Amino acid sequence: MRNKLVKTISNTFAALTTAATAMSLMFPATAFAEYKLNLQIPNSALGHTIYDLHTIITWVCVVIFIVVFGFMFYAIFKHRKSVGHPASNFHEHFWVEVAWTIVPCIILLVMMVPATKALIQLRDTSEPDMTIKATGYQWKWGYDYIKGEGEGISFYSSLSTPRAQIEGTEKKGEHYLLETDTHVVVPVGKKIRMLVTAADVIHAWWVPALAVKQDAVPGFIRDTWFKATEPGIFRGQCAELCGKDHGFMPIVVEVKTAADYSKWVDSQKASMKKAAVADAPDKAWTLDELKARGEKVYAANCVACHQPTGMGNPPTFPALSGSKIVNGPKEEQLDRVLNGKAGTAMAPFKHLSDADLASVITYTRNSWANKTGEMVAPADVKAARAATK
Amino acid sequence: MSTATHDHAHGHSHDGGHAHDDHAHDHKPYGMMRWLGSTNHKDIGTMYLWFSFTMFLVGGVMALIIRAELFQPGLQIVRPEFFNSMTTYHGLIMVFGAIMPAFVGFANWLIPMQIGAPDMAFPRMNNLSFWLLPPAAMLLIAAQFAPGGGAGVGWTMYAPLTTQAGPAMDLTIFAVHILGMSSIMGSINIITTILNMRAPGMTLMKMPLFCWTWLITAYLLVASMPVLAGAVTMTLTDRHFGTNFFNAAGGGDPVLYQHIFWFFGHPEVYIIAIPAFGVVSQVIPAFSRKPLFGYASMVYATASIAILSFMVWAHHMYTVGMPVEAQLYFMYATTLIAIPTGVKVFNWVATMWKGSLTFETPMLFALGFLFLFSLGGFTGLVLSIVPVDVQLHDTYYVVAHFHYVMVAGALFSAFAGIYFWLPKWTGRMYNETLGKWHFWLSLIFFNVTFFVQHFLGLAGMPRRVPDYALQFAEFNMISSIGAFGFGLSQLLFLYVVVKCITSGEKAEQKQWEGADSLEWTHLPSPAPYHSFVTPPALK
Repeated sequence: MRNKLVKTISNTFAALTTAATAMSLMFPATAFAEYKLNLQIPNSALGHTIYDLHTIITWVCVVIFIVVFGFMFYAIFKHRKSVGHPASNFHEHFWVEVAWTIVPCIILLVMMVPATKALIQLRDTSEPDMTIKATGYQWKWGYDYIKGEGEGISFYSSLSTPRAQIEGTEKKGEHYLLETDTHVVVPVGKKIRMLVTAADVIHAWWVPALAVKQDAVPGFIRDTWFKATEPGIFRGQCAELCGKDHGFMPIVVEVKTAADYSKWVDSQKASMKKAAVADAPDKAWTLDELKARGEKVYAANCVACHQPTGMGNPPTFPALSGSKIVNGPKEEQLDRVLNGKAGTAMAPFKHLSDADLASVITYTRNSWANKTGEMVAPADVKAARAATK
Repeated sequence: MSTATHDHAHGHSHDGGHAHDDHAHDHKPYGMMRWLGSTNHKDIGTMYLWFSFTMFLVGGVMALIIRAELFQPGLQIVRPEFFNSMTTYHGLIMVFGAIMPAFVGFANWLIPMQIGAPDMAFPRMNNLSFWLLPPAAMLLIAAQFAPGGGAGVGWTMYAPLTTQAGPAMDLTIFAVHILGMSSIMGSINIITTILNMRAPGMTLMKMPLFCWTWLITAYLLVASMPVLAGAVTMTLTDRHFGTNFFNAAGGGDPVLYQHIFWFFGHPEVYIIAIPAFGVVSQVIPAFSRKPLFGYASMVYATASIAILSFMVWAHHMYTVGMPVEAQLYFMYATTLIAIPTGVKVFNWVATMWKGSLTFETPMLFALGFLFLFSLGGFTGLVLSIVPVDVQLHDTYYVVAHFHYVMVAGALFSAFAGIYFWLPKWTGRMYNETLGKWHFWLSLIFFNVTFFVQHFLGLAGMPRRVPDYALQFAEFNMISSIGAFGFGLSQLLFLYVVVKCITSGEKAEQKQWEGADSLEWTHLPSPAPYHSFVTPPALK
């Protein structure tokens, strides 16, 4: 503990000294990797363009800063009363004023050239090799592979850091808060167009190393793109405040070689087929089967608000245990889960499959203090969906 | 009793020159009524300043709760929903409760004295605009105890997150309405006073720059506050009355809220910064013993900044998915602001050039302002470049940037102003040694807190998160240590001010050798209850 503190303090001083002397932003990032003083090392051509643009602009600022405050510090040391400097009385100079209006104009004009080029490149989402849709939910991401190899793949991706690490009862892992149960897998060297939207409130899809950040606005679809230069795993986070667990909805992009990507697509397709068989509409479910599956669905979708105990965190997040709706007629609960409740944090969950919804509702109706003994079958969900349409 | 007194004071402001009224100059009610019913610009100015300091401590405690939670990775002290509420109300209270009222306090105290007037133009409205503030502040604090806790929506109150929030959101919206009304009334008063109550010979272009900056700021307030009121009212009707302004399902657009909010929000940045420029423009010449360099260009630069501030709002929303043409426009317009701002900085440095400088506490804070505000300006320039901002938007880099502008900018300038005018206001001097300690402690701890946040943002730490990945641990720990140091240093400030008021040495009329505005040249220290009963004779 003490050693750690000493290390922290010495790191601080090292960091501050470097920072104060040169702002250190242009030094090769590797030399200072342990202090993380600069942007993450980019993994795309556009990322490198932005990285360099930032470096250039920062250096322009540093130079101007040193010149201007060089004058100020010169005056502070040489033109002080205590060294007997008498006060002059000049207070106007037309050409000086003109000069220091025009020179910054020119510097800015020059700076705008690379900035404009980079911006146009950044927004050019034309001719993608693949299109993936990312949907922000409170608090996880959903992905649908819309076009290109892997078309039709669809999954959710939630934080996989155990609660115990967050609460501090367990040692924090290497990728604490930056790890998810499923990864967005993409092939290397392909232009990936991301369609970004949200189901409830505004989120933002951000992966620093790939130089993408796009707000996810509910009801609208925006797009952005990236093209990874190297395979690897790249981690990001939601960047727009989206409520309670804003800090706990990371993004993990796994870039694979073309061959590995094809393998991943095949395995996904196979498991989707298996799931389709398992969830076949005519399948006869037992209460225990639904309950067991429901527990998993609950852990992935409901637990953040309604808590593992089903007690929620009233009044914002009401308890399910003993709830009138959960213990009442199943149609009402189906409606609440499918459509949410306007004006509250209860979002619609109609994006989940019939089997998932049926099992999670069955689970809540037969857990904690709730003992309805009732089963909600996927067919009931289907019927309820049809009714709301 | 109090009504009669009001009429007296009121009478003074209009025909204060009558000799037979002299006996009433110090006639004021004592105790509570003096403050509750006061129409005197000095009493109201004092109340604004104490109110603002109180809110500064409240907002400061919230900041310390945030920094305590962020001291280490993991959730230790607060729950995420409470954390979000703290970031929200820390922002709202600091902006609307601490910084803005502080500068209105300066305006009240100084504008009548600097233009040679007896008081503000509308003394009763002045009283009302102050007394609207405490109820608004109470609503913001009461929101913490509403069912479900404070609204964790961020000070920007983006829809549709605000639709989900509990009753605290309604209290907050009502508070914002009241604060806006107060600001608009204060602004009308300031504009009217400056345009109508200048002493003969005090032409606009002879006014101290502080009055100019407030005249411009007041117009900004009148133009932008109703826009904010509109935005939060639409939020209110979306919440309760079935409208769909910000709901796509009903034909609205969540991004519309952002456009409206930032159309207010960007001028708001200058509403805070421009009076700070004014204070610094009084302090730097005084301690350089040299007139302000480029007075006219300072006025024009300030006006240009104010006008530009209405044309750049969407640079707060670069990642929202605007058309690329709009992004190009907002990028070009935003970088333009660097030009008048640069002119101001160059003028201040030129004012010091070949002066005869001394470094009392007000000057130290003004130089701290100049140096650190410029740093905040440079990071602003970095953020104005869209492709770079795409990496930095909503990260700690932005948090560092605006704290350099708001804290090292506005707050340091307010400290400079308070140390500068305390002798005039109280007739007593503060303790110079302790004042310097306050400056150096604030300067060092401020940088310890916020400089490292640039690195956090660059490395990829998002803002408004209660917990973070392990690679951000060291800088967060440093930042939290700095924050507690900075917070504690402000108690020293309170001590210096209270000591000055109760037992400071007597101050002279012209306490600062180089000060040349009317309050120093024409009025004793402390300044009399009614500033100029007869207009001063000006050359």
